[in-house]
Amino acid sequence: MFPIGINSYLNGGVVIGVAVSFVYILTGTHATQSSIFTTTLSYFTKLPFFQRQVYLDSRVWRLYFASGVILGALVYTLTISPDGFWVTGLPLWKLGLGGFLVGFGTRLSRGCTSGHGISGLASLSVTSLYAVITFIGMGIITVIVVRTAGL
Amino acid sequence: MNQKNVVLFIAGILFGFGLAFGGMSKPETVLSFLSLEDYGLLVLMFSATGVNFFAINVIPRFMEKPLLGGEWKPRERKFGKHTLIGSIIFGIGWGLSGQCPGSAISSIGIGNLPVLVGIAGMFAGAYVMGRWFS
Repeated sequence: MFPIGINSYLNGGVVIGVAVSFVYILTGTHATQSSIFTTTLSYFTKLPFFQRQVYLDSRVWRLYFASGVILGALVYTLTISPDGFWVTGLPLWKLGLGGFLVGFGTRLSRGCTSGHGISGLASLSVTSLYAVITFIGMGIITVIVVRTAGL
Repeated sequence: MNQKNVVLFIAGILFGFGLAFGGMSKPETVLSFLSLEDYGLLVLMFSATGVNFFAINVIPRFMEKPLLGGEWKPRERKFGKHTLIGSIIFGIGWGLSGQCPGSAISSIGIGNLPVLVGIAGMFAGAYVMGRWFS
């Protein structure tokens, strides 16, 4: 069940939990991830969907947040990481096509692993519970299909 | 730089560190969970959610409002067919690529530059979704 143990998962999860709690206790804001695609696009398109006030109000802090996420992963890599820099073995078409579906799907359902997962579940949101069960279930099914098809 | 941006930047550093520490920055780790070979990602999710559960449900009993102002507001979204359809599409993309938004952004920091193709895809997907609803 846990071929590499649970310590790295547990420690990583607690650090992530501290990060989102820190933001909530200081500002009452849920530090979630997937909205950044929509809010950043608001700089480049005048389409009314992207110009909603809620997106304009959060587009700056979301960029600070994402910059921090990149920096934090870099700090880990340069300090306690056993691997150092690392590159995936997945083909680019899977990353690109999968990314497109992730971008479309998370915005349509208004949440991702962090929004519906960490923040939604901690808020005892039933909507988020359904969302999490659905995307984990579909993820498992997709992996089975991809492996069966030999892709 | 206002206070809120500083708070989010610091939290981002922690969040990204945690994603890399927990291995989630690697799509391969996510796929090892979705193929049910390694359930560790559930440990990561429950520990992160557990800490945040405390912040959202317990702290507000002892503090009137957030330290820098604003109000306590648990995250709630109305359930609808978009929640379901969106989560199905997200799950397919997650299972195909092992990436979700936060993990992909953090993956840049571990030097996994091919993930930029995935992030470009996420922007494209978010654009098509927004255009469709404009």
